[in-house]
Order: sequence, then structure tokens, then C-alpha cells
Amino acid sequence: MPVRLTRARNVGRMGEHRNWPERLHVVTGKGGTGKSTVAAALALGLAAGGRRTLLVEVEGRQGIAQLFGLEPLPYAERRVAQTTGGGEVRALAVDPEEALLEYLDMFYKLGAAGRALRKVGAIDFATTIAPGLRDVLLTGKVKEATTRSRDGSRVYDAVVLDAPPTGRVGRFLNVTEETARLVKVGPIKTQSEGVASLLRSPMTAVHVVTLLEEMPVQETLDAIAELTALHIPVGRVVVNGARPPLLAGGKVTKAEIKRGLTAAGLPAATATVSRLTTEAQAHLTRRELEESLRLELAELDRPMVELPLLPDGVDRAALGELAALLMRA
Amino acid sequence: MTAPRLDVDGLLSDPSIRIVVCCGAGGVGKTTTAAALGLRAAEVHGRRTVVLTIDPARRLAQSMGLTELDNTPRHVKGIDTERTGGELHAMMLDMKRTFDEVVEQHTTPKRAAEIFANPFYQAMSSTFAGTQEYMAMEKLGQLRAGDQWDLIVVDTPPSRSALDFLDAPARLSRFLDGRMLRMLLAPARTGGRSVFSLVTASFGLFSKTVQKVLGAQLLTDLSGFVAALDSMFGGFRQRADQTYRILQDPQTAFLLVAAPERDAIREAAYFAERLVAERMPLAGLVLNRMHPIEPAGLSAADSEAAADRLDETGDQQVTADVLRIHAALLRQAEREAGVATGFTGAFPSVPTTSVAAQPADVHDVDGLRTIGALLA
Repeated sequence: MPVRLTRARNVGRMGEHRNWPERLHVVTGKGGTGKSTVAAALALGLAAGGRRTLLVEVEGRQGIAQLFGLEPLPYAERRVAQTTGGGEVRALAVDPEEALLEYLDMFYKLGAAGRALRKVGAIDFATTIAPGLRDVLLTGKVKEATTRSRDGSRVYDAVVLDAPPTGRVGRFLNVTEETARLVKVGPIKTQSEGVASLLRSPMTAVHVVTLLEEMPVQETLDAIAELTALHIPVGRVVVNGARPPLLAGGKVTKAEIKRGLTAAGLPAATATVSRLTTEAQAHLTRRELEESLRLELAELDRPMVELPLLPDGVDRAALGELAALLMRA
Repeated sequence: MTAPRLDVDGLLSDPSIRIVVCCGAGGVGKTTTAAALGLRAAEVHGRRTVVLTIDPARRLAQSMGLTELDNTPRHVKGIDTERTGGELHAMMLDMKRTFDEVVEQHTTPKRAAEIFANPFYQAMSSTFAGTQEYMAMEKLGQLRAGDQWDLIVVDTPPSRSALDFLDAPARLSRFLDGRMLRMLLAPARTGGRSVFSLVTASFGLFSKTVQKVLGAQLLTDLSGFVAALDSMFGGFRQRADQTYRILQDPQTAFLLVAAPERDAIREAAYFAERLVAERMPLAGLVLNRMHPIEPAGLSAADSEAAADRLDETGDQQVTADVLRIHAALLRQAEREAGVATGFTGAFPSVPTTSVAAQPADVHDVDGLRTIGALLA
């Protein structure tokens, strides 16, 4: 799509995308549904037309580096892609240890004492014994990037967080609850309250990626129910890997395939015809199931986006295609 | 490159194999594979089998008669074991309850009550990174020690990394041995009131910082928690080490489960390296959801070209669609085979079996039986 058209249609005032107005986009989904791919595509799409986005991962998987074909990312915001109009995507792999040191340094000017903390294993200890603290640090870093400004304007037009999978995302985002049990006062409490209020504000949307398969759909429904109960705003349901709507009539016979093969000038051997029929039947079974799952998702009454199955896997060009589709949706 | 075929029936019928561990990335069908293996071991090989699942999909759990997370093996009814005399039991892990049981076992009722009331225990037993993995291993140790099962099939937790459950006992040990913990324990051991009263002056800055950042209440809770746990550390460690040794023993067979996707295969390859390094018995690789190449005498390119020709004439839409479905399947099968080579190329001696993608999801015993037959 031409860039000018994108800007004219989708961009309201600078920094806010008409179709994706939130500033912090949290992307979750069951393992294997392609949530990292969707997060990357969203960061690319939102960076089009001279904007700057930050793509963040928090699970130490180095998924961003793999998607963009780069060396593992350090704990630093690095440009991973350029977009139209001088836009760019930066990426950050948040490491809880580094985040804690950075945080302590920011508030307490620790210097050598910070290094001492690491030496005695205090950080390993803190993040082990109270995983809630670990999540506060990770989400705290995300909040800092989302709200960071320089010379009076936001550094990032949008931040996209490749979040933990559906099974853990509620706990991950529900930081106050976790830390309130442990920390009654002090800056960590303040920090977690700040994160909690950002996550519950209209600036945030949690998008759930799914496939049209039973378990991912079930987890999508469960996650949305959980997030809703936590008062965390749910954004889109992204159906990934959608297949083209072939055999819309829903019926296929051997005789018809035989006629068609002949019409196409192909040999219509019995073995060929039966193989094709079996494949077509399996496709129809699959499609029927997909259709009922799609209906289940539609009943959620959330905006849905479908992204096509990419037969040749995901490379930079494919990410661009997905980004364009997301921005139009 | 063809890897040797994994003899699943040979594995399931071997009386010296007592534990099968299914591991792999999330979303590759681990739980289904574990359930299908358990069912086959009971129905076909007549073994008294228990399947330990971590977080099964609701309908799959229901298919095995599991309606609640109750931490006790339940007899799976309605399966066909008349001929062989096998049995299938299934259970879902309750992480918190397992942890509570461990605590109760290793300490006095009074101490246990103190531990349960401590906010740090509550956080750690329900959310400690690795608790689920550690408790899965603990439960496995318990099931094995009871010696009432011919075969235990374990489905590993859907971890961030499939390796977490192997690392959990070591991580716990490291945590329990850590300098931090010893420093926190120092006052408790000597009966001192202040957490950091006995530590050295150079530690003063640190303790002040911690107090400032976390607050004094938190430190009191924390030191109470570690003091209470201190009495049980030996027992914890011993159990973890024991389970680790059982996993290394030839009575255990590790099965890597993967789907033909780059991430899942990469994870499987990484896991295979780890198993070899830790001297864990790797039995083979299960490739789920494969699309087998079944040539119908038509190449993908020919099918697509023919579909385009039919589009032009316009009256054979069904066949055009059928040809596109065929072409897509062929391309997918080709791509999957290429991805799988990433593993078999690196580990040519690891036996492999593949399971064809099913048109519909598996959530009943018949579906599990079909998967079991495809595995074998």
C-alpha cells in the first residue's frame, strides 16, 4: 500500500494510529500460535510513515533476533528494522537482572553497591524467591519505555510487548496483586502501582493471538475472561495462519474431480482421483471445525483480525505483508 | 537423511522401562502424546500405567475421566484392556498441594503451619519460577517410589524453556546453598532479632539498601521463611538428587516431542544436546502433525498450473480448489521434511517416529488410540 495513503487514512494526530490507538500493545497467545511474529509485524506496521516503535521481549528467548535474522540482542534498545518515511522499529530484550540494577541505580545511585548485590547473588535470590518482583521489574521497564519522553515528546509512538503465553499472562500483568502480598511499602510498591495503573488505562490493549485449533481457542477464551476480570483492557483477537476459503460449496465427488482433471488436460487415474478426494474430504473436515471455532471467537464480541497462513515461513518480507494487513484491519 | 525408526511398541512393552518422559516446546502435542502412549501401554501391552499430566486441555482431561485437579491417580474407565489385563490411571498435578505435602513430610506440624502462613511461602509455592517443574519431578519421584506402577508416563510442564524441569532441582539446590540465604539465616541461627545484625560492616550498605528498597516488614517475613525452611533443606535436596538419578537410569526413556516448525525443532535439538550432556537416556523423537508426502502423480507446480487453467474456463471451480489443496499439502509436506532434517541431520542416530496431522483435534479415547497406533 502506498505510504501516503496509509498516512492519510490511518494516522490521526502524530503518535496515534487510528486503527490501533493504544500506546502499549501487549501481545499474548498460546505457545505455537505465532505471537512473536504478530508482535513483530505489529511493531513494523505501527512504525510505518516515519514513526518509531519499540518491540520488547521479556522471556529471554531471543525470538526477536531470530525473526529479524540478527545476532542475539543485548539489553539495549537497538534498531532492528527501518520503515517508510524514515520510521524505525527498535527492539529490546529485557533481562530482569539488568532491569533491577538499572532501576536501583536510577533511584538510589548505587554504583559499586549494585555490583556487590550481584556478587552476593542478591539479584538471583530476589528474582527467585519472589517471582512477582521479577515481573514488576520487567513490566516496569516496559512502562518506563512507554512513557519516556525527550524534549517534551514521546520517544516511542508505540511499544509492542511480546508477552508470556496465555497461560501465564494474567499473572504476569497482574503485578500489584503479586507484589502487594509481599511488599507493603516502599518504591517497589510505588513502581508496581504505576505499572498496574498503566496496564488498566486506555493507553494499553492486550491482543490475543490464536490459531483456528481447539486448544489455542480455548486458551484465548480463558485468557480474555481472566484479563477482563483483572480489568485489563483486551484489544483484538488475532487469528493467525488462516487458510484460504477453498471448496466453499462444501461438497466434492470423485466424478466431479475426474471431469475437472480431464478438462484441465491432466490424466485422471483412479489413484490420483481417490488421493485428491481424500485430501479434499480432510480439508472439509478441518474447515468445518475451523468454522465452529471462528464462531466461538466471534461470540466474544471483540474486534477480530485474520492473518493468512504463510506457506513459505516468516522472513522480513512476510513480516511486512502481515504488518500491512494488521494496519488495514 | 533417514533416521532409524523409533520402535514405540518395543519401548512400551519393555518391562525394564518404568518411566517415559515426554518433553518439548509448548503447543507441540506433548500432553496428547503422553496420553496416547499411556493408553497404548495399557491396552496393547497390558501394563499398569499412570499418566502424569501437568496442564491438559479440558476436553482431553475429560476424555480420561479427569474432572478436577486432585493430585491423585484416577482409574480411566471405558478403555479396552480385557485382552491384555492392563490398566490406565491418570492424574493432574496440583503444584501447591504437592509442595504442601513435601513441607508436611519434612517438618513438624507446628513448623509446617508457620511456613504455610508465610507470604513468601505462598508466593513461592504458587509462582516460584520452577516450582511447577520441581513439583512435577517430586511427584514423579513419589509415584516411582510407591512401586505400584509398571509404567509412568510424564508430560512435562509447558515451560518457557523445555529445559526448566531438568534445571529445577539444581536451581533449588543453588538457591538453598546461596550466600544470600546463608546471610539471611545467620541471625536466625544465632537467635538474633535483626536480620543483618551479625553480618560484616561491608554488608551494612547492602542491608541498608535492601531495607530501603523492600521495607523492614518484608525482611522479617523473608527471614522467617528461610529460617522455617532451613530445617527441611536436607530432605529437599536429597529428594531432588534422587529423582535426578532416576532420570539418568536406563529405566527411564526420554521422548522429545516436536512439531515440524522451526522453533519446535530448534528446541528439540537443544534439548537433545542437554540430555546427552546430562547423561539422560534419550529414546527418540516424536514428530507430531506431519503431512506425509503421498504423491498422487501430480506435482505441486502442475496442480497449480492446472488450477489456473480451470479458473480461466470457469466451470470447474471444485477441481481447481481440490488441486490447490493438493499443491498446498505437497508444499507443506516438503517444507516440513526440510525442517525435520534440521534435527535428524544434527542427530542422525536418534530414532524418530512421525504422526500424521489429524483433520480434527483429539479429545476422546478413540482419538488417543488412533494417535497411539500412528506412533507405533
